[in-house]
Amino acid sequence: MTGGIGIEHYIIVSSILFVMGVLGIFLNRKNVIIILMAIELILLAVNINLVAFSAFLGDLVGQVFAMFVLTVAAGEAAIGLAILVIYFRGRGTIAVDDVNRMKG
Amino acid sequence: MIQVFTFYLFAALLIASGAFTIFARNPVHSVLWLILAFFNAAGLMVLVGAEFIAMLLVIVYVGAVAVLFLFVVMMLDIDFAELRAGFIKNVPLGLLLAVVFVCELIFGIGAYRAGKIELSDAPLNPGREDASNIQAVGELLYTKYIFLFEMAGIILLVAMVGAIVLTNRKRSGVKPQVVADQVARRPEDATRNVQPEIGKGVEL
Repeated sequence: MTGGIGIEHYIIVSSILFVMGVLGIFLNRKNVIIILMAIELILLAVNINLVAFSAFLGDLVGQVFAMFVLTVAAGEAAIGLAILVIYFRGRGTIAVDDVNRMKG
Repeated sequence: MIQVFTFYLFAALLIASGAFTIFARNPVHSVLWLILAFFNAAGLMVLVGAEFIAMLLVIVYVGAVAVLFLFVVMMLDIDFAELRAGFIKNVPLGLLLAVVFVCELIFGIGAYRAGKIELSDAPLNPGREDASNIQAVGELLYTKYIFLFEMAGIILLVAMVGAIVLTNRKRSGVKPQVVADQVARRPEDATRNVQPEIGKGVEL
C-alpha cells in the first residue's frame, strides 16, 4: 500500500517475532522472568498482526481487539510477577524446572 | 519511499531487539531490549495509521509493564548464572522447533498469497474517513464495545487486587500505626493535674 509494503511484510515480521518468543521460552526454560518477557513478545507479535490486518482490511475492530489483548497482557504480567515474588520469598530461587509443590 | 525505508528500519530493529531479549545474559539487559522492541513495534503501528494503539503500547508497555519487570529483576537477588545452566543444552531442540515453526508460518503465508483472498485498499474507517484514528476507535469503543471495554477495566481491577493480595504480607518487628487506639485515647488517660509541694519535684 505505502510504497510496496504490503500485508505480507507485516505478517512476516510478526511471525518472526512470535517464533522468537516461543524460542525464548524454550531456551530460558529455568528463568521465569525471561519466560514472561518471551510471552510479552508473543503478545506483541499478535498485536502487530491484529493492527496490520485492521489497517489493511479497513476494519477498526482489529485495533479494538488489540487493545483488549494489551489489557490482558498487562494483567498477566502483574499477576505473574506477583506470583514470582512470593515464590522467591518462599524458596529463595526462581528456577521453575523443579516446581512441584502442588504435586500432592 | 521514506515509508519503505522506515518500515525496514523498524522491522529490523524490532526483530534484532526481540532476539537480544531472549539471548541477553543479563535479565536487566533483556528488559531494556524488550523496551526497544516495544518502541519499534509502536513505530510499525504508526506507519499503518494506528496511532492510538501505538501510543497505548508505549504508555502501557514501556511505562508500566517494562518498568514492573525491571523492578522485579532488580528487587530479587538471584544467581542468574545458575539459571542459565541448561541454556546450551536447550539450544538444539529450541532452534529445531523454531525453524519448523518459521517454515510452517512462511508456508501458511505462501498459501494465503496463492489463494483467492484479496486485501483491498479499503479505508481504515469506513464511512468516517475524515475522523482521526483515536476518534474512530473511541467511537467504536464507547458504543458497540462498551461492555467489553468495561470488562477490560474489571480484568485490570482483578489483576491489581490479586497482585496486591498475593504480595502483601504481615511483617514482624515493625510498629504500625493503630488508628483505633489513637482515636480512643482520651485526655484524662494521657494527662493529670498535680499540685507539687514547694521544693519537691513531680513524680512522672
